[in-house]
Amino acid sequence: MNRGGTQFWIGAILFLVATFAMTQIIGNQYPFFACYVILQFIVLAVAWNILGGYAGYVNFGTSAFFGVGVYTAVFLFKAAGAPLAVQIAAAAVVGALMGFALGLLTLRMQGIFFSIATIALTIVIETSITNWRYVGGAAGIQMQQPVAMEPFNSYVQMLFFIQALLVVLAVATSRYIQNSWIGRGLQALKDDELAAECTGVPTLRLKLLACVISGALMCAAGAPAAMYLQYADPSSAFNLNYSVSVLAMSLIGGTAHWAGPVIGAILLGTTQQLLTVTISSEVNVLVLGVMLVLFVVGAPEGIIGLIGKARRNRNEGEG
Amino acid sequence: MFSFDLLLDAVVSGVLLGCFYAAVSLGLSLSFGLLDVPNVAHPAFLVMASYGVFFLNESYGVDPLLAGLLITPLLFVFGLVAYRLYYQTFEKRGSDAGVRGIAFFFGIAFIIEVLLILQFGVDQRSVTASYIGKAWRIGDMRIPFRLLVAFAVAAALTILLTLYLSRTFMGRAIRAVAQDQEALRLMGADPIRIKQWAFGISTAVLGIAGALLIIVAPVNPTLDRSYIGRTFCVVVMAGLGSMSGTLVAAIILGVAEAIVLTMFGASWAPAISFAMLLGVLAVRPQGLFGRRS
Repeated sequence: MNRGGTQFWIGAILFLVATFAMTQIIGNQYPFFACYVILQFIVLAVAWNILGGYAGYVNFGTSAFFGVGVYTAVFLFKAAGAPLAVQIAAAAVVGALMGFALGLLTLRMQGIFFSIATIALTIVIETSITNWRYVGGAAGIQMQQPVAMEPFNSYVQMLFFIQALLVVLAVATSRYIQNSWIGRGLQALKDDELAAECTGVPTLRLKLLACVISGALMCAAGAPAAMYLQYADPSSAFNLNYSVSVLAMSLIGGTAHWAGPVIGAILLGTTQQLLTVTISSEVNVLVLGVMLVLFVVGAPEGIIGLIGKARRNRNEGEG
Repeated sequence: MFSFDLLLDAVVSGVLLGCFYAAVSLGLSLSFGLLDVPNVAHPAFLVMASYGVFFLNESYGVDPLLAGLLITPLLFVFGLVAYRLYYQTFEKRGSDAGVRGIAFFFGIAFIIEVLLILQFGVDQRSVTASYIGKAWRIGDMRIPFRLLVAFAVAAALTILLTLYLSRTFMGRAIRAVAQDQEALRLMGADPIRIKQWAFGISTAVLGIAGALLIIVAPVNPTLDRSYIGRTFCVVVMAGLGSMSGTLVAAIILGVAEAIVLTMFGASWAPAISFAMLLGVLAVRPQGLFGRRS
């Protein structure tokens, strides 16, 4: 393992230790409620970026994967009282299958048509869930949180720590992909799919792989959300805001590097949490729209791109 | 369960509804179909136009259709500015304009949604006019006047736009720019100015379309989301850029929605347009009357 790798894993372990310590020290529940959402957005944005950033297939169906994750958990909990770990694992499997189907779609459509198809997929799934009485239909369904496991005092703290684990998993996966042949292959097909195919890059296999990993992570991130809110309903689980928020986070952070979506999610997620508490959720959506437009127009490479540019300028100044 | 009367009813109201869908999709057929601008904010512009009509109707008692005509020049200028901005930031820079463009327009759509919420609130809004609320009876069938108005105006709008694109100099220039921008440049015309003009028209027709939207049913600020599916479904199914195809595709969508509504209930309605869109993209991406092979 090289120096960067060691540093990364030390950072990841420190992060997990810090989140665990938080659950043991802080008694107030609110920080966990707020930070949980930010962690969830980090997982979603990092997962989105594997397909959208590395491969250049812009998926507007984040909310489809998220919602399916939520409802997989709801279904298993209602049908069998499955424990949280099973809910998350099952959601990941379902997400992987959905990702595979999405990957097959890329055979027929690229660019904006792919994006539109993912929006369409979201609404079709949402409508099907709305008409599924067993999981509550349009009215939604109440969920009773079970007792938290040791050593956590409350269920929300436990969910918070589990979501932190998912963050480490997602970021490590994304980082691995970026630095391996998979990432280089995806980069090649992003630049020119035909040329990549001609030079022997297995484009279909790579796209399917990216879709499966991205989908599994998104669904897994959605699974604990029903327990977190103790409630699930189709119109909020499949809300288009998730898709656009996650897209905005990745674009704001920068899509070329695994750290981009992390930075974007922390920045935008924190801003949104503060705004929701202090002003209103409408202003929240306004800020999302304005930031999206500003970054897409002003800094297409995101914050990572801005940092890179600043560095290059400094080096030139010195040299 | 099955009854012929119900089916006939559904088909008639579906055709009327379909013409209305054509009216709201014509602009997108221009901007996305002919110019390749991924304008997902089109339905948001539409709802914005409806609120403009609502404002004029509520404050000054202007007839909704007249109000739609009154705001048309404003929308035209709005479209000119929007395209200029889009061109400067995306098309001029080249690569992956489509992908960033769609994110850009989503941002715009969200901004419009929130501004409408802040200005008018989240409640349903509707307009008043003499022809709203009355109906025309044929036997057992009851056809609301507001749908008939929408039908007539939508048909007129489609014919006008088709004539404009095929008979006038500027209209032909717009179709030429969609076919081969480079050739137009070589002939000494400025393709960017023509595209800007075309985009202006695509938003200008939203004046009337917005009036129809609020005549047919009450509007709220987040209504644009369900029209993303309908408008894109119609435009893609029509085959990008075909005006008469837009009308046919919209009628197919309208009839399909009306039949599903009668047979399975309203809760399945939102998925129809999107499911059809998915089907068309998967099976026949060039649409029914496609311009590209």
